[in-house]
Amino acid sequence: MSQADLTIGHSTTQTLGPAFSIPTKKFAMWLFIIADTMTFAACLVVYGFLRNGTPNWPRPFHSITNVAIMTFILLTSSLTMLIGLRSARAGDKGAAFRWTMITAALGIVFAFLHIREWLELIDHGMTLLKNPWGTGLFGASFFSITGLHLTHVTCGIIALLVVGVRYKGGRYNADDIEVLGLYWHFVDLVWMFVVPLVYLLNLAH
Amino acid sequence: MTTAQEHNGIGKDLIVYVCLLALAGVQFVIAYQNIDASQMLTRMLVVACVEAGLAALFFMHLWTEKRGFLLFVAVFTIAVLLGLQYGWTDSYRMVTGAPFSH
Repeated sequence: MSQADLTIGHSTTQTLGPAFSIPTKKFAMWLFIIADTMTFAACLVVYGFLRNGTPNWPRPFHSITNVAIMTFILLTSSLTMLIGLRSARAGDKGAAFRWTMITAALGIVFAFLHIREWLELIDHGMTLLKNPWGTGLFGASFFSITGLHLTHVTCGIIALLVVGVRYKGGRYNADDIEVLGLYWHFVDLVWMFVVPLVYLLNLAH
Repeated sequence: MTTAQEHNGIGKDLIVYVCLLALAGVQFVIAYQNIDASQMLTRMLVVACVEAGLAALFFMHLWTEKRGFLLFVAVFTIAVLLGLQYGWTDSYRMVTGAPFSH
């Protein structure tokens, strides 16, 4: 290695900072979110492809009450997450912990409603491969998309509980709450597309 | 989070939250309109995109990040989302050409 290479290498390490001047953890979360966006987008596009190309696509949903309540809960949980972050930024540890736990509780209610809805559909005879209303593809796509979302919600709840407790214990700081908040808002954002495509377009008229 | 944002109260968050709730309500109203599926899909997707934009810009604080980062996220995401649309013509072919469609 020449002296010139060493000089260039030396000056490079001195000038390089975090990408886009944002903290590394936050940048990593954004990269994860971008990648996860592709996953959900691919699932939804495949779902649209199948729905468009299948003549007897079922419309099994008769009521929007459950999905409306779920949407309200998830949106509200995003607000409580924001309040938690603001409290953490203000140095109010107790309030930040409390709001983070409230967010987790709302996530648990959402997951409970989701699982209850699944059980009702399974009770009506819907499985991954067949259902009483039409093409069996509906069950596969419905359970895949909502299941992937529910998995994200479940992971989010666990993360909220762990980060909340560790934040209270002093091991994590407000930046960690912010990074977790990004993930939670993303889960909310995905739901905004799942509701119209998977539920509202399959509403029985 | 920038200093300017820290000084903003919870008011802005509440406004965005109410807007998101209202837009979600609009989606439910569209679901009960007597229009064909493609029109319904278009309207719902437009509303969902506005919702997603609001959530990303204000809830996820993209608005207060550096413009370079905002562009990075937007261009990267939109490019791949557009790339995923290549298969639709084949989907329409399935409606008329696939053996099980008739």
